[in-house]
Amino acid sequence: MNTLFDKIWDAHVVQQVADGPTQLYIDRLYCHEVTSPQAFDGMRARGLKCFRPERIYCMPDHNTPTHDQDKPIEDPVSRKQVDTLERNAREFGLSHFGMMSPKNGIIHVVGPERGLSLPGMTIVCGDSHTSTHGAMGAVAFGIGTSEVEMVMASQCILQMKPKSMRITINGQLGKGVTAKDVALYLMAQLTTSGATGYFVEYAGEVVRNMSMEGRLTLCNLSIEMGARGGFVAPDETTFEYLKGREYAPKGEAWDKAVAYWKTLQSDATAIYDKELIFDAKDIEPRVTYGTNPGMGIGITESIPSTGDSNFGKALQYMGFEAGEKLLGKPVDYVFLGACTNGRIEDFRAFASIVKARKKADNVIAWLVPGSWEVSHQIKAEGIDEVLRAAGFEIRQPGCSACLAMNDDKVPAGKYCLSTSNRNFEGRQGPGARTLLCSPLVAAAAAVTGVITDPRELL
Amino acid sequence: MKQKFNIITSTCVPLPLENVDTDQIIPARFLKATDKEGFGDNLFRDWRYDKNGEPIKDFVLNNPTYGGCILVAGKNFGSGSSREHAAWAIAGYGFRVVISSFFADIHKQNELNNFVLPVVVSEDFLKELFDTIANDPKTLVEVDLPQQTVTNKATGRQEHFEINGYKKHCLVNGLDDIDFLVASKDKIEAWEKK
Repeated sequence: MNTLFDKIWDAHVVQQVADGPTQLYIDRLYCHEVTSPQAFDGMRARGLKCFRPERIYCMPDHNTPTHDQDKPIEDPVSRKQVDTLERNAREFGLSHFGMMSPKNGIIHVVGPERGLSLPGMTIVCGDSHTSTHGAMGAVAFGIGTSEVEMVMASQCILQMKPKSMRITINGQLGKGVTAKDVALYLMAQLTTSGATGYFVEYAGEVVRNMSMEGRLTLCNLSIEMGARGGFVAPDETTFEYLKGREYAPKGEAWDKAVAYWKTLQSDATAIYDKELIFDAKDIEPRVTYGTNPGMGIGITESIPSTGDSNFGKALQYMGFEAGEKLLGKPVDYVFLGACTNGRIEDFRAFASIVKARKKADNVIAWLVPGSWEVSHQIKAEGIDEVLRAAGFEIRQPGCSACLAMNDDKVPAGKYCLSTSNRNFEGRQGPGARTLLCSPLVAAAAAVTGVITDPRELL
Repeated sequence: MKQKFNIITSTCVPLPLENVDTDQIIPARFLKATDKEGFGDNLFRDWRYDKNGEPIKDFVLNNPTYGGCILVAGKNFGSGSSREHAAWAIAGYGFRVVISSFFADIHKQNELNNFVLPVVVSEDFLKELFDTIANDPKTLVEVDLPQQTVTNKATGRQEHFEINGYKKHCLVNGLDDIDFLVASKDKIEAWEKK
């Protein structure tokens, strides 16, 4: 009896290398500008063409500025990287959604919303947050640049098969508790290496009741527990989300696809290498206090009094004391966006708190949609007016302050409540202090100027 | 990049920190290059240099007491971003081996694909090695890939380490995965027809 992970994996095995890895066929390769140029160079050096160019989609997202995208990028090094992707895509005959293309955005937002990431697929990208696409019921994982080159050259990758883990979350999430809080809770429970070597299947009532946006957020953060990837078995929510999307199957092909996708379930008697069960009632809105995503607490809790060998170094970097509460601490920056929380539902959540309130004067807020599609929907739903009335502006799409490869850098020593995925030292700019949280917690801080329990404002 | 790998005996650079993420190995602002050159200069950039670009004296890479082509790091080395630039930085600096009790998956693979050998040892072995290096920075460690053994020459303590036979063959002979995959074109096409 097999897990869904086994079924998708096994269906893509080209061969098992003796005393070695599996040669796995890859349905979809996404390329962004940061982790692909050396792979294209490698292909040229070997005189190779892409083996299946129609399965590869390219778009810049990491370096893109979040303003004036119609003008050339000011930073010449960023501009060169973005231009190099376009030139490589043209040379190798690959689809490319360039800056200002209505299809551009963060790869992990665009893939699902365009219907390019589908149930049952194997999906890779030179980016650890490729786990996001697992929300569609796919086996999706991040790879290095050498592996990007492997897929370009052969549409295959060599991988040791990960172990399987099921994480079940029972019950109902409380008011103000989101998929982001679930993920931050899991990271704190498992630590940042607790799922290393595993592929995670998320299950249980909480996951079944989650929207696709919520599942994308949850799967996105699988890597922060060390997992290679995470996924949710497809269901009506998945099919409803995909129906009519640009690259999703249409007509008869759609019916056939859905019939197949409905078979993509773990067997009832499937055995996992590891099973973990949690209860939704134990999860409250959360925030991180340290320098890895596992160093987090419920928003009403205090920072622990002790931790691992990095604990003291992390608190010193963050300017916090062991045992103190975070509620009421002043905030300098708020960042809403990233492949973690840059989708329409995240903007709706943020707007639900700031509506009829005003941005705090001490806060600089960057609101960055994950794609142009999200940006257009924000306007179509009138969310932009709500945000503008509260003193916020919406920027142009990209990865932005999640890793600060563009101009959106948090200055040294400043505190940023961020809906992104990593609070590593210097992640949002040298010396920047990042506190990871949900869009609701970010919004509550944006209007009060201090760390605030969003449940008080809902 | 393709370097044949056999037996390496060297002094070590100790980094007794846990959860060293790839953002620390090479910060994102240095990922804008379109080639693989020069990343070693910015290895551990923000621990190694202050904001004026001056070396931070107490960081291990700036301490002339320590040197060699083996990096020894605390558990969960290379977590976070999949950036292969981290492996290019480690290789570019001149490290051939990284010893730790635990590696993040993607980074471990990235090291292997750049002919840097990740060696997983027990917590005990790692602790003893850190202690030995602290006592004597000239401590030698021998990493024998064909025999799959790692030896602390100061104490004589030896451990076996795991590596799959295929990857070992690649490292010993200076071959990479793309050579293998491109040669399997017929099998791939047969799979696609299924």
